[in-house]
Amino acid sequence: MTTRLLRSVVGLALTSAILSIIIFQLNSPVAAVFELSVCAGLIPVIFITAISFTQRIAKSQLQERRRERLTRFFLLPVIVIIAGLALLRWLKIPALVLPSADGAGDVRLLFWNVRHLDLLGQIVVLLAGAFAVVVLFKEPRK
Amino acid sequence: MMTPELTQSFWMYSIFAALLFIVGLYCILATFNLIRVLIGVEILIKASTLLIIVCGNITGHQALAQAIAVTLIVIEVVIVVVAGGVILCLFKHNHSIDTRKLKNLKG
Repeated sequence: MTTRLLRSVVGLALTSAILSIIIFQLNSPVAAVFELSVCAGLIPVIFITAISFTQRIAKSQLQERRRERLTRFFLLPVIVIIAGLALLRWLKIPALVLPSADGAGDVRLLFWNVRHLDLLGQIVVLLAGAFAVVVLFKEPRK
Repeated sequence: MMTPELTQSFWMYSIFAALLFIVGLYCILATFNLIRVLIGVEILIKASTLLIIVCGNITGHQALAQAIAVTLIVIEVVIVVVAGGVILCLFKHNHSIDTRKLKNLKG
């Protein structure tokens, strides 16, 4: 069970790495670097730490769980292929009228000079997360 | 007005994001393991990140799209950390992270 979970986490990290390449190709290097360092680097470490605290499933249940999981997930590739073909076949592509572009701009200047509330929100969310972790892992007093 | 090539690439990336969204949703609905559910949520967030970046690239507002994507990534990390903590607490109390075995709210 643990090995399968670790494989899932490695798959997620690979997805993040591929996504960061796509984002880089879309002329967004700052977001690509963030995606690569945080989503492909930090988040798998958090997942692996969480998995290491759980315990391995009993060998007697392993085969049964594997079969059960296969029956639940065998539909996924079929659904993805059908949905992809359906979207490609029937999705009408309208000509979009876009708002006037303000140029690429500098994301750092935009962050510090225009999007102050985003920074404030990020700080609040990070502090709330830290507080939640402290509360969750607090040992009860004896 | 968009050029046909730009329109085509926009719809291709949008379809890719939609498929990523379907995979994440299926992962959440089909699994009973809480860590896999969290992985499904991650995939959903990745699909929305990709869509934001594609829209920024198409409209020419890359800086704004990147700022929003960075904020989204920070929120994603906090979600993973807090949800991971909740999962570990559940495991400590119930000795399982199978959602079928989590039947009482008392923990």
